[in-house]
Amino acid sequence: MPEPIRVFTSRSLVLTQANIDTDQIIPARFLTTTETTGLGTKAFYDWRYEADGSARPEAVLNRIDPAEHRILVAGDNFGCGSSREHAPWALYDYGFRAVISTGIADIFTSNALKNGLLPIVVDQATWDDLVAHPEQPVTIDLETNEVRRGNHAPVTFAVEAFARQCLLDGVDTLGWLQNKLPDIEAFEGVHDAHTRSETV
Amino acid sequence: MTAPRTLYEKVWDRHLVVPETEATPGVLYIDLHLVHEVTSPQAFSEIESRGLKVRRPDRTFATLDHSTPTLPAVNGQRPYVTDEARDQVARLEKNCAAHGVELAGWDSDARGVVHVMGPELGLTQPGMTVVCGDSHTATHGAFGALAFGIGTSEVGHVLATQCLLQRTSKTLRVTVDGELQPGVSGKDVALAVIAALGFGGGTGYVIEYAGEAVRSLDMEGRMTLCNMSIEAGARAGMIAPDQKTIDWLRGRRKVPQGAAYEAAAAEWLTLASDPGAVFDKEVVLDGAAIRPMATWGTTPDAGAPIGSKVPEPQSDSDRKAIAYMGFEAGQTTTTQAVDVVFVGSCTNGRLPDLRAAAEVLRGRKVKDGVRMLVVPGSEAVRRDAEAEGLDQIFIAAGAEWRLPGCSMCIAMNGDVVGAGQLAVSTSNRNFEGRQGKGARTILASPATAAASAIAGVLTDPREYLTNPEGAPLKQSSAARETVGATNNA
Ligand code: SF4
Repeated sequence: MPEPIRVFTSRSLVLTQANIDTDQIIPARFLTTTETTGLGTKAFYDWRYEADGSARPEAVLNRIDPAEHRILVAGDNFGCGSSREHAPWALYDYGFRAVISTGIADIFTSNALKNGLLPIVVDQATWDDLVAHPEQPVTIDLETNEVRRGNHAPVTFAVEAFARQCLLDGVDTLGWLQNKLPDIEAFEGVHDAHTRSETV
Repeated sequence: MTAPRTLYEKVWDRHLVVPETEATPGVLYIDLHLVHEVTSPQAFSEIESRGLKVRRPDRTFATLDHSTPTLPAVNGQRPYVTDEARDQVARLEKNCAAHGVELAGWDSDARGVVHVMGPELGLTQPGMTVVCGDSHTATHGAFGALAFGIGTSEVGHVLATQCLLQRTSKTLRVTVDGELQPGVSGKDVALAVIAALGFGGGTGYVIEYAGEAVRSLDMEGRMTLCNMSIEAGARAGMIAPDQKTIDWLRGRRKVPQGAAYEAAAAEWLTLASDPGAVFDKEVVLDGAAIRPMATWGTTPDAGAPIGSKVPEPQSDSDRKAIAYMGFEAGQTTTTQAVDVVFVGSCTNGRLPDLRAAAEVLRGRKVKDGVRMLVVPGSEAVRRDAEAEGLDQIFIAAGAEWRLPGCSMCIAMNGDVVGAGQLAVSTSNRNFEGRQGKGARTILASPATAAASAIAGVLTDPREYLTNPEGAPLKQSSAARETVGATNNA
């Protein structure tokens, strides 16, 4: 289980490019893994390494200390593309705890929320300011749903209520769903009788 | 009288186990869970670590497609790209055996790319909820199912409970009216729709495709269209079931047979959106104006009719995309030498797709220096294509004819486009490096891919509509029967 998130402050890493897809976040050839951990070394692999595996010194992701850059500020439509949960696994393992963009893809959002990575959508002006001041410490407060920085007014962000509770308290979603098994069984009794003509 | 409902709302309503509240999402029941080797191992590990079993193996069906080689075994050894890929496949075989899940494995005549296999077996049926750990699950929406991709955590949720926590989506109706021109396929419609909506334009929505041009598509064309919904950001795309849907599914292995089928079919026809149903957003396109399309950038929405000029970049991202592709604004994309042509994938790896490519290639040759790979979407497609002699047309033209799998669509199995090479591909993603590190991808239809293989540059397939060998290919009726009638799954 990922660590719960409540309030934290960090500098950000900025990748302004729009449409950063999950193939950029973790290339498909690393998806043969059967684990969920240790993927941080593969995050943005083709941006960070040459074909021969040598690190590209100009790649910003190779130059920073991930422990000091817990926030990724990225261009619009972040996380588009495939449904691979390997993408948030890789970003979390690299060290990120939040992604801020003007738009974040649906499946990525859902996957990120299950893995201790908070997806935050902000307005263009806030984003522009974050991009202009990457060194400025940013506070992310999930208790108040606010992004705070310098002497700017706090910016509120929306998070699906249940996912927020899970992030705050470390709720076990599968366990929660299992508690609904009596409802599920009752539903199946009727639904199966109606649809069992299919022979899956 | 209930208020008029959309197709999406009807399917949603009949699967709702627990309604959503402000604090919690709804609990949605899943009729069919499709599983493949890449996004499932961690989910099986998770449920096993909790001592759980797959709750409804009868509603779960697995296949091997992403990591699988498309070249045959040599001395009994399949040419996996890495040991890890081999292990991943072995892992799914083991998981399915341990949990009683039916697997279309190496020895199955049903194995295929998950979104090709599901419909052709009749696993996918109208009105169902269908999920898979794969973003192109929307393909199954062509049958009026609510089908969407999920992450691996959710794969675990469905394995253990047959349910998902879900909030309702907004609805977007995309109406494509008018008559499609000759040489314009479902892929061209898909690329035109995505170009109109924008790459993230469908985020948060379930799309329903409607209109004369959509209804005129065959089921395979409809699957191509729904398949690419995610490329506009939409998790699902749906088309109301009609007589075509019913005729296409009748007799398939996993649908009810005889009178039970006709009874089910009558009900499926009631799923269509009610007159007066309200969508959160509507977009209308003129189908008659759609021309064969190809992409010029590194996102699927960066598409335009073949022969049009690469647009002036509007942003740094555009500039980067055009530079990556090696194009220049103001030039056309039809002059640069093409290195690789790929026909296949869950977007365009079905029988009519292969026929369209073969019809262009028949009696012609792939240009020297171009590598063309044709990968059927499933064993059934392979059998049917070989029964019609399509494989011979491809081979005679100089293309490679492979075993079914995802292959160059995702380049996980060793089938890759080299760094810097330019590919015309019938798959669905032209992202940087999607088909191999440094690979440059142009997305297009099977006919366009074949025409480009002949010419050695991106080419409008309408230049090859008349075949030097005369009359068009005969379409064997054996095709449908092969999948429908074999009863040994
Ligand atoms: S063919 Fe491509 S898009 Fe389809 S399931 Fe395979 S990898 Fe995914």
